[in-house]
Amino acid sequence: MAEFKLPANSTIQRGKTFKAEAGAKKVKAFKIYRWDPDTGENPRNDTYELDLDKCGPMVLDALIKIKNEVDTTLTFRRSCREGICGSCAMNIDGLNTLACLKPIEDVSGDVKISPLPHMPVVKDLVPDLSQIYAQLRSVEPWLQTETAAPPDEERRQSKDERAKLDGLWECILCFCCSTSCPSYWWNGDRYLGPAVLLQAYRWIADSRDEATGKRLDNLEDPFRLYRCHTIMNCTRTCPKGLNPAEAIGKIKQMMVERQG
Amino acid sequence: MSMQDSREAAMIGRRTDGTTVRRPLSPHLQVYDMMQMSSLSSILNRITGVAWSAGILLLVWWLVALALGEPAYQTAMGAMSHPLGLLVLAGMTVAAWYHTLAGIRHLNWDIGRGYEIPAMYRSGWAVFIGTAVCSALTWAIALFY
Repeated sequence: MAEFKLPANSTIQRGKTFKAEAGAKKVKAFKIYRWDPDTGENPRNDTYELDLDKCGPMVLDALIKIKNEVDTTLTFRRSCREGICGSCAMNIDGLNTLACLKPIEDVSGDVKISPLPHMPVVKDLVPDLSQIYAQLRSVEPWLQTETAAPPDEERRQSKDERAKLDGLWECILCFCCSTSCPSYWWNGDRYLGPAVLLQAYRWIADSRDEATGKRLDNLEDPFRLYRCHTIMNCTRTCPKGLNPAEAIGKIKQMMVERQG
Repeated sequence: MSMQDSREAAMIGRRTDGTTVRRPLSPHLQVYDMMQMSSLSSILNRITGVAWSAGILLLVWWLVALALGEPAYQTAMGAMSHPLGLLVLAGMTVAAWYHTLAGIRHLNWDIGRGYEIPAMYRSGWAVFIGTAVCSALTWAIALFY
């Protein structure tokens, strides 16, 4: 259900400020959401001032610099630092994106950073994604066939058939889109959300897959698919430039077409 | 009795010493940019839809008053031509036009078109400007013809 306010244990308090070192010329403040399960306190926003002359260009560079040099307790996920692993997805300056692909200078004023929205917080910028992973599993994102594969070769696709998967296979499952979606915020227990529906469509659109009917049956539900109201926050925020809203629209069209 | 939200399970975490702790929910409306074209045009569609549905009661009132005879009709017309009544009717006009044009925008999406981000901005602005123009025209016709 739609609950516009944060629960009492989730409201954000004022936190500490870590001043920039003396003599810093290009100072930028990073206001970062913090929550430590061990303290029992509410979340807070800590402010870290950095000298951008001594920091890499991306928001992830700033986070790593803070963790290395200012406050080692700051917790966040990161791995590849080049937009291919999807680990550092978070809300930066009001939109979800990957910290490693977000240039600091694109943000005017203070850089406000919080975890992916409307998710349970494990610690600081780390959300619990177990619900969304379970939903991904529910669409069975793997090739399913009835017929046997050709004996000495792979299952073939024409170039046109393969082209239908472009814009789908590139998804890195960072879940920026799903957690940008108000419909997913309010109904994420039953609505699958844009990331999982794009994955579902990736297999529906695959010419080699033979379970299309079953896949559509699974999505034919007032909540799982049809809580999408084409708000378009998902496509607007995707750090890979993909279009989950369009993929969902195509599933909805197939639902109508198969009525005959 | 509402169904229990399955997401409740993930709200329970553990401290370093193994005891359980209730996790916070990360901020959503509090931090997200809801004034961007995508979410703004969507929430306005909701609001105008609700306002229009409620405002239809005014039309029902007007029709009932018309059927009841002159005194009732005079009362209804009096209320609606009061400055506050006119303000409500003007709001209804804007709501009706916005909701209609946004509905056409949605039909375009439903036939599989207009999903690219530049197209989404263009159609959003078209609905905003179209609402202003159509509302102004409606009142110009109502007042001067």
